[in-house]
Amino acid sequence: MTALSQISIAGKTVDVDGEGYMQRPEQWDRSIAQEMAEEVGIEELTPRHWQVVEFMRKRFLEAGSAPSIRALGKESGVPIKELYLLFPKAPAKLAARIAGIPKPRGCI
Amino acid sequence: MKHIVILGAGTAGTIMANRLCRRYRNEIKCEALRITIVDQERNHLYRPGLLFLPFGIYQPTDLVRRQVDCLPKQVNRIESGIERVSSATNEVVLSDGRKLSYDVLIIATGTQVAPDETDGLTGAGWGERMFEFYTLDGAVALADVLERWEGGRLVINIVDMPITCPVAPLEFAFLADWYFTERGIRDKVDITYVTPLDSAFTKETCAKALTHLLTEKGVRLVTDFNAGSVDGPNGRLVSWDDRVVGFDLLVSVPLHMGAEFIRHTPGLGDDQRFVMVDQRTLQARLKPNIFGIGDAIDVPVSKAGSAAHFEAEILEHNIGRYLDDSPLEHRFDGHVNCFIETGFKKALLIDFNYNVEPLPGKFPLSGIGPFPLLEESRLNHAGKLLFRWIYWYLLLPGRHIPGTSTHMSMRGKRPLPRTPDTPAGPRPRQHLPTQVA
Repeated sequence: MTALSQISIAGKTVDVDGEGYMQRPEQWDRSIAQEMAEEVGIEELTPRHWQVVEFMRKRFLEAGSAPSIRALGKESGVPIKELYLLFPKAPAKLAARIAGIPKPRGCI
Repeated sequence: MKHIVILGAGTAGTIMANRLCRRYRNEIKCEALRITIVDQERNHLYRPGLLFLPFGIYQPTDLVRRQVDCLPKQVNRIESGIERVSSATNEVVLSDGRKLSYDVLIIATGTQVAPDETDGLTGAGWGERMFEFYTLDGAVALADVLERWEGGRLVINIVDMPITCPVAPLEFAFLADWYFTERGIRDKVDITYVTPLDSAFTKETCAKALTHLLTEKGVRLVTDFNAGSVDGPNGRLVSWDDRVVGFDLLVSVPLHMGAEFIRHTPGLGDDQRFVMVDQRTLQARLKPNIFGIGDAIDVPVSKAGSAAHFEAEILEHNIGRYLDDSPLEHRFDGHVNCFIETGFKKALLIDFNYNVEPLPGKFPLSGIGPFPLLEESRLNHAGKLLFRWIYWYLLLPGRHIPGTSTHMSMRGKRPLPRTPDTPAGPRPRQHLPTQVA
């Protein structure tokens, strides 16, 4: 188990890991996403942001893991270059955080 | 007569053929059931050995056996490529147009590397200063170059996840540190590990136990790096957001995809051609008489031989249940274990599943071990080399490996201290991506 704790965000109590990634996607809602986005410097979530966030959640719920940047770029409808503009520096990671799903990890 | 067709005779397919022929030996004898396995290759490759081959520790002949020598006599073997699966008519269409009808289909066709999916990687410089070690030919070519290389910037890069054997690129870095030390030119070699993940060790327990290895072995780390293109002639690895890592020798772990035929079978695989299955029962989402195992499937578990080994027992039982029209009861827990080579004749061992991270302790027995978990030791290195014997004589034949269990056991492990239920408090600090040096 990753060490879990609980935090308060957008008026809700949610389970997160040591870096603040949500561990139970069912606790998420859009107001949580807004607040998480603000915390990482994204002032406003545009429809393009939501397109990526919704794709990430759908893929996680289907496959049990967050999609890679390539999968995001190919299948979300938002190309990779634009992903970097929407979610600067580390799109797959940032989008996972905002989408309320566990962080993409390796096996060790 | 029932017909089970297995696609792919690599690790997973071979284990399933051996297990099912043993389970159904009587039915096969009285022709109530037939099992066929299809693969386009003649030989079976011991893939864990590909990591060692570039450093001269193994030769190609150490790693290759004829498939027919690894498979049970009762299985029908077809050496052929696969065109597609017609799930509606329960048929496999082979490359030459022949059709195989099945009652149960098991897809075990693994992964293949696709270096041409990364712009420039297979362009000028490929095979001269850019290599991969995930194929036998690639590893052999790299061995030839490493032997003669006089030093410079060695860059090891994972293009994207998932990959087979996710620790192998890190092991490569550690082995390179050892290899060039032995050759007396370590001070002339700069080793950089470039990963799309945000650290070398993304699991908390591993990070605590193992981050020191990078510093000790002088391996530089570049994280959050998604490789977009390679400029071979100028030795530049470029990310999608235009960060650059310069190299003299690039060891790439290219994009991994599933077998080609999966693309021609609508609804079977995801965009990277991994078969979409239930992560517990291993039954395909497309149709209940299709199952998947090993590297070929999209479960959120490492693509590793040990995963295929643990999945195989589950799958064998679930296929039995399916053929009996009973509910699929057996559940894969995501169990994986592996020895991680750290160089200088040492390795470490990790054992984990979907829910439990690699934990410290002793394996398989508490206190006695003998293998330390999450800790370097010479015994673990011996275990890794001994594993080749275990692979051919125990694992492939689908036999039980003493000391291990299909579901991960907590025996011998030291769990993480329980986090007390804290009242909801302030947010933890964000971790921003590392800048390129």
